[in-house]
Amino acid sequence: MEQRYVLLEKVQKVFDTRSGRFVALRDVNLTIRQGEFVSIIGHSGCGKSTLLNLISGLTDSSGGVLVCAGREISGPGPDRSVVFQNHSLLPWMSCFENVYLAVERVFGAREGKADLQRRTHEALALVGLEPATHKYPHEISGGMKQRVGIARALSMQPKVLLLDEPLGALDALTRAHLQDEILRIVAATGCTTIMVTHDVDEAVLLSDRIVMMTNGPAATIGQILDVELPRPRARLKLADDPVYNRCRSEVLKFLYERQNRPAEHAA
Amino acid sequence: MPVARAIKLWQQTVPPTKGGKAVSAGEALAAVSVVEPGPVAGSRVATTVRATIRYILPPILGLLVFVLVWAQISAVSGLPGPLKTWASATELFAHPFYQNGPNDQGIGWNVLQSLGRVGMGFGLAALIGIPFGFLVGRFSFLSRMSSPIISLLRPVSPLAWLPIGLFVFKEAQPAAIWVIFISSIWPMIINTAVGVTRVPQDYLNVARVLRLNEWKVFTKILFPAVLPYMLTGVRLAIGVAWLVIVAAEMLTGGVGLGFWVWDEWNNLNVEHIIIAIFVVGIVGLLLEQMLVLVAKRFEYQG
Repeated sequence: MEQRYVLLEKVQKVFDTRSGRFVALRDVNLTIRQGEFVSIIGHSGCGKSTLLNLISGLTDSSGGVLVCAGREISGPGPDRSVVFQNHSLLPWMSCFENVYLAVERVFGAREGKADLQRRTHEALALVGLEPATHKYPHEISGGMKQRVGIARALSMQPKVLLLDEPLGALDALTRAHLQDEILRIVAATGCTTIMVTHDVDEAVLLSDRIVMMTNGPAATIGQILDVELPRPRARLKLADDPVYNRCRSEVLKFLYERQNRPAEHAA
Repeated sequence: MPVARAIKLWQQTVPPTKGGKAVSAGEALAAVSVVEPGPVAGSRVATTVRATIRYILPPILGLLVFVLVWAQISAVSGLPGPLKTWASATELFAHPFYQNGPNDQGIGWNVLQSLGRVGMGFGLAALIGIPFGFLVGRFSFLSRMSSPIISLLRPVSPLAWLPIGLFVFKEAQPAAIWVIFISSIWPMIINTAVGVTRVPQDYLNVARVLRLNEWKVFTKILFPAVLPYMLTGVRLAIGVAWLVIVAAEMLTGGVGLGFWVWDEWNNLNVEHIIIAIFVVGIVGLLLEQMLVLVAKRFEYQG
């Protein structure tokens, strides 16, 4: 396992807006081990999605160094697949075709059609969606759409899986269900994962480490918390776990005592 | 889609000749639709009856009122009434494809000729307008470059282009096609371009993460996403083309509905003019409905 699999050094992001330069992120330093699950949490507008976009390459950084698996990040690519908040499935393609598009792009040069189809079916099976293989996105529920999005991202066998508030648009029950699902999938694939979230329980349940962001503008990493809970983790058992509750209150304290400014600004 | 709506409005306001007849029919329709069905028992028969009253009766009543108003007007002004026109129409449609020399042909030939011209002009406009719309939508430089020209030329009355066509082509047939072409190209360019700019960024992000090549981006993402917008443009364009053809043919002559209308005016055969108006309306309605069906086929839900 490589210790410095994803490496961010002095990363900053400046947007040129009409009212002048806006410093969104400054001096972000972070190293992520191979196979690690890291959550990025913070109040809305703190630039956590911007940070994820920098790692995915969808946004260019304004300074600093970003490295993934020994190569500098320049532009997006299938080695860092993204699960978008609003699933971003193509509505004119069935679930199968949506995943196949990704599989074909990554493995099409080396493998035959049968292998590509097998990979697609495997990815859909991994998220438990085989019955919906040939349905269209508008025919399935929001939770199922997000699963297809996860299947699409995983089917590319990415080096790093990036989740941008993947469950943010779902109701609480579906959300809990999919969190368990993500726990299972991550355990099965061992994929290095970075997830943006604003849900404290979600972060503690899923992560090995939680990266807490200070408020913007010029946001940066305020604190990093190790979640020393053994895996596999079970939601119900964790409810009374002292480590779980300590982690939870640490994150809450950071968000609502030390970084409570946005609420005051809004008031 | 404000631009598309603007075009729709523009298209609706373009036909300048809205006679008293059409307005009175519209008013009659509005009056009829106010009629409320009485309370009916909740059995299946009752629902059928209620549905009939609600959806089938009003249009029939509307047409009836229209015919009555028409009969009244004809009694006062000497226009041919519904019965006289009907008799003339049965005679006319008994032999739709007769041919007595170039200036005396069946109504069928006239319709086909007009459709052929519209097809040619409209087809050429689609062939050029749709790809150009894609380019305008994809490259903002090109969009800024072409927008003053489009804004300048789009409001020009289609017939103003006819002399230009006659001068360049020295012949009536290509000049008429040219008029159709130039008047139906704008909705297709604008709607396609708007569609391209409205492709959700999320879909393009997917393309970027997958690093799809330009061809795949076009076939798998851009084209399907733009298709509904494009078909709206096509529908508006064919509406405009069909509006313009009658006027263009009146001026250029030959065979065609517009020419036929003018010829019958010279013969003072007013029944045939009224029949022509109905034929133009019905063919236009069919064209529109055909494209609505095509558009429905390609609709998708996000």
